[in-house]
Amino acid sequence: MDLIGYVLLFPIIGTIINGLFGKKLNTSLVGIIACTAIGLSFLVSILVFIDLLKLPPESRLFEKEYFLWIGSGSFKSIAGLQVDPLSTVMILVVSGVGFLIHVYSIGYMHGDDGFYRYFTYLNLFTFAMLLLVLANNFLLMFIGWEGVGLCSYLLIGYWFEKKSASDAGMKAFVVNRIGDFGFLLAIMLIFVTFNTIDFTEVFLAAPEHLEVGSIVATMIALLLFLGAVGKSAQIPLYTWLPDAMEGPTPVSALIHAATMVTAGVYMVVRCNVLYMLSPFSMTVVAVIGGATALFAATIGLAQNDIKRVLAYSTVSQIGYMFLACGVGAFVTGIFHLVTHAFFKALLFLGSGSVIHALGGEQDMRKMGGLKPHLPTTYKTFLIGTLAISGIPPFAGFFSKDEILLEAFTRGSLLFWGLGGFAAFITAFYMFRLLFMTFHGKSNMDKHVEEHVHESPMSIVFPLIVLAFLSVVGGFLGFPAASAINDFLAPVIGGGGHLAMADGGEAHHVSGRLMYSMMGLSTGIALVGIFLAYVMYIRNPDLPAKIVDKFKLVYKIIYNKYYVDEIYDATVVNPTVKSSFFLWRVIDVRVIDGFVNGVGRLVELKSEVLRLFQTGYVRNYALSMLFGGVIIIICSLILL
Amino acid sequence: MLEGLVFIVMGLIAIVCAICVVFQKNPIYSAVFLIQTMVSLAVLYVLLHAEFIAAIQVMVYAGAIMVLFVFVIMLLNLSSGDVEGGKDKLILQKTSAIILGLILFAVIGVVTVKTVLHGTQGEYTPEYISRIGNTQLVGKLLFTDYVFPFEIASILLFAAVLGAIILAKKEIKE
Amino acid sequence: MIPLSWYLILSGILFTIGVIGVLTRRNAIVIFMCIELMLNAVNLAFVTFSRQLNSMDGQIFVFFIMTVAAAEAAVGLAIIVALFRNKGSVNVDDMNLMKW
Repeated sequence: MDLIGYVLLFPIIGTIINGLFGKKLNTSLVGIIACTAIGLSFLVSILVFIDLLKLPPESRLFEKEYFLWIGSGSFKSIAGLQVDPLSTVMILVVSGVGFLIHVYSIGYMHGDDGFYRYFTYLNLFTFAMLLLVLANNFLLMFIGWEGVGLCSYLLIGYWFEKKSASDAGMKAFVVNRIGDFGFLLAIMLIFVTFNTIDFTEVFLAAPEHLEVGSIVATMIALLLFLGAVGKSAQIPLYTWLPDAMEGPTPVSALIHAATMVTAGVYMVVRCNVLYMLSPFSMTVVAVIGGATALFAATIGLAQNDIKRVLAYSTVSQIGYMFLACGVGAFVTGIFHLVTHAFFKALLFLGSGSVIHALGGEQDMRKMGGLKPHLPTTYKTFLIGTLAISGIPPFAGFFSKDEILLEAFTRGSLLFWGLGGFAAFITAFYMFRLLFMTFHGKSNMDKHVEEHVHESPMSIVFPLIVLAFLSVVGGFLGFPAASAINDFLAPVIGGGGHLAMADGGEAHHVSGRLMYSMMGLSTGIALVGIFLAYVMYIRNPDLPAKIVDKFKLVYKIIYNKYYVDEIYDATVVNPTVKSSFFLWRVIDVRVIDGFVNGVGRLVELKSEVLRLFQTGYVRNYALSMLFGGVIIIICSLILL
Repeated sequence: MLEGLVFIVMGLIAIVCAICVVFQKNPIYSAVFLIQTMVSLAVLYVLLHAEFIAAIQVMVYAGAIMVLFVFVIMLLNLSSGDVEGGKDKLILQKTSAIILGLILFAVIGVVTVKTVLHGTQGEYTPEYISRIGNTQLVGKLLFTDYVFPFEIASILLFAAVLGAIILAKKEIKE
Repeated sequence: MIPLSWYLILSGILFTIGVIGVLTRRNAIVIFMCIELMLNAVNLAFVTFSRQLNSMDGQIFVFFIMTVAAAEAAVGLAIIVALFRNKGSVNVDDMNLMKW
């Protein structure tokens, strides 16, 4: 367990080597260095995991403190890493999926000019993400939090020559700032309240210091959630994620699907003690999560860009996770996070494979009939789609079903309804995606079609591994014997300090209810799939007719409910306008005017005064004499 | 009586020569008149029982330093019209300088006449000095009480010599 | 014996003449000589005070003033020579670089 530092060490070494010397190294070496770094990190994670398993469940908490980072008065931040079941699950997912995506990137980014730059960022991202999940206090977590934000910005704008890409990076960065602001305020409030920012100490002190439902607890929880909303792209700050698809596809898979965007979920789960102290904020989390799940899913219905569909589905799936957290099923949220990391990474990488094969084409209307051309990609993609739709026995089924079950038993019918409807839509639009891309007749350009080919091994291999994980990943949380539930239980409720902890409560739900819910959610998914089949395979003209009938609705959804436009009109434009006002009028006229005016005044006075400065030494001597005489006369009179 | 006569004669010579220093066009004449002023001042020093000062006034001041002046004037070969031929660009300079100078003199005169010099009387009365000898006294004081300033003065002169050489030497062009 | 204030008056007259000379003349060497004149006037005052107070300090002071005057003359004349080399003139009005 002492090895935990190496989890962080390897990626940062990779970053440094590639960042400093990458330009001089040849591309395959750069790729090997980057992949080795993450691979070693993954191996260490596994070792740590095995070590942790050897311990009895109650004592699975290990903190390794490295040095006193900031010590100022009563403020103290010790840089250290915390190993517990939650962070271990996260580092396994981050380094594991990260490793696969690194391997994939070698094939995908082959021949790109900024190859070394790409891998430097990617390694740095992995480092920051691991730091985020391993941090032992809020401030260190914030460093990781900002680190992933930075890497996200760098990688979204990776093709910075493209204006849309650099704009998207900027948008992501700015929108995230709003959330980070909340997070930072929360950290300050935590310090003021508990006089410490160490996770363990805060979570131990919280139940004693704060009453359930107290204002401070609610404030902290909501401010933290604001941070989570920004990072995890929930309503109302989700708009950056679809634009973030401007980045390279593996980046979308790693950062904007599997890991970074789920950091918010991780953070909420990490702080579950604080949330349990504030029922109101729990409700807020659940409502936002549920609403986002449904809202984003409906937008996904009408998108034609393959990556954007996946982006909205990511937003929607993270909404599920928050829904789970909001009703108190934190473990389920993490469970869904893990399975989602598998199948969403798979879907993104699969779409990347398609895009790669089509030479950069992302519009689904120009695809179709790709099944025979890309057999492996198709098979793995199908598995991913089934998994996200919630078809047993694929991974998504178990986690999503459990969320719906929890929403029903702990929350209310409303939450269940939101989730269920979103699940239906998800199944529908994911199969729409699948059908439009791989089935039906080809809509490809002629010369594109000739070059369609299955992707190279480094791309296909991660797909197969992820597909395998998407199939078996769900059994981690098999309802009867949920391994992940037992494993994560100690983390929830401050190590059993809070009675309302979730723990193994799911088991108490009666078997009949559980199985009927399973059947119901499967049925929902199947209906969605069938509908997609009817509309896009059997009756390809049908969608157009429906669109004709509900033109207005379609238009609104197609334009993503005009949320971007609304934000532009209500927030962005006024800000820009007022900034212009501040610049043109306040800054240029008033402030500069004042400063220049003072300068001008001095200049004018100097024009007069400089006449005294003749430059002739004799003249200066005369002035000296004059002054001397005056002084002598004065002293004569006064003394 | 004789003392008063000598003072008046020498004082007048000093004043007249000083005025000539200022108003002579040719610097070489100015230098000569300045030497004359200094010599007459040396006579006054004798009247004041400062024989040693009178001696070095003639030897160092009127002799060495003024020779240096004359030497430089010769070296630069300045004739009277060269420097101050043209019209003075500073119109009021001369007038205001003279007025201010007169005011200064008036002030000095007022101070001199009106104020009484307070101070503890020292032991070096003229009788005492004449018994031991002015030069011996100065020499004794210089090497006892004032030995430190005396040594400092040597450093100053050394620095001045170095400075003069560096300033005045021709720049060697490569 | 003549009153010592006469010496001081004489010293004042010489000093004033020296001041006027510094302020009115444009030839750097003459200005320099006027400064020497002022120094001499001050020396006279020092010796007078020394006599008045029956103290040797004034005379010692004069001795040091002469030392400084000698050093000053050496450096000052060197500066004038250097200036003349560079500017071809010892007119102080030609050296008005103090104004931009």
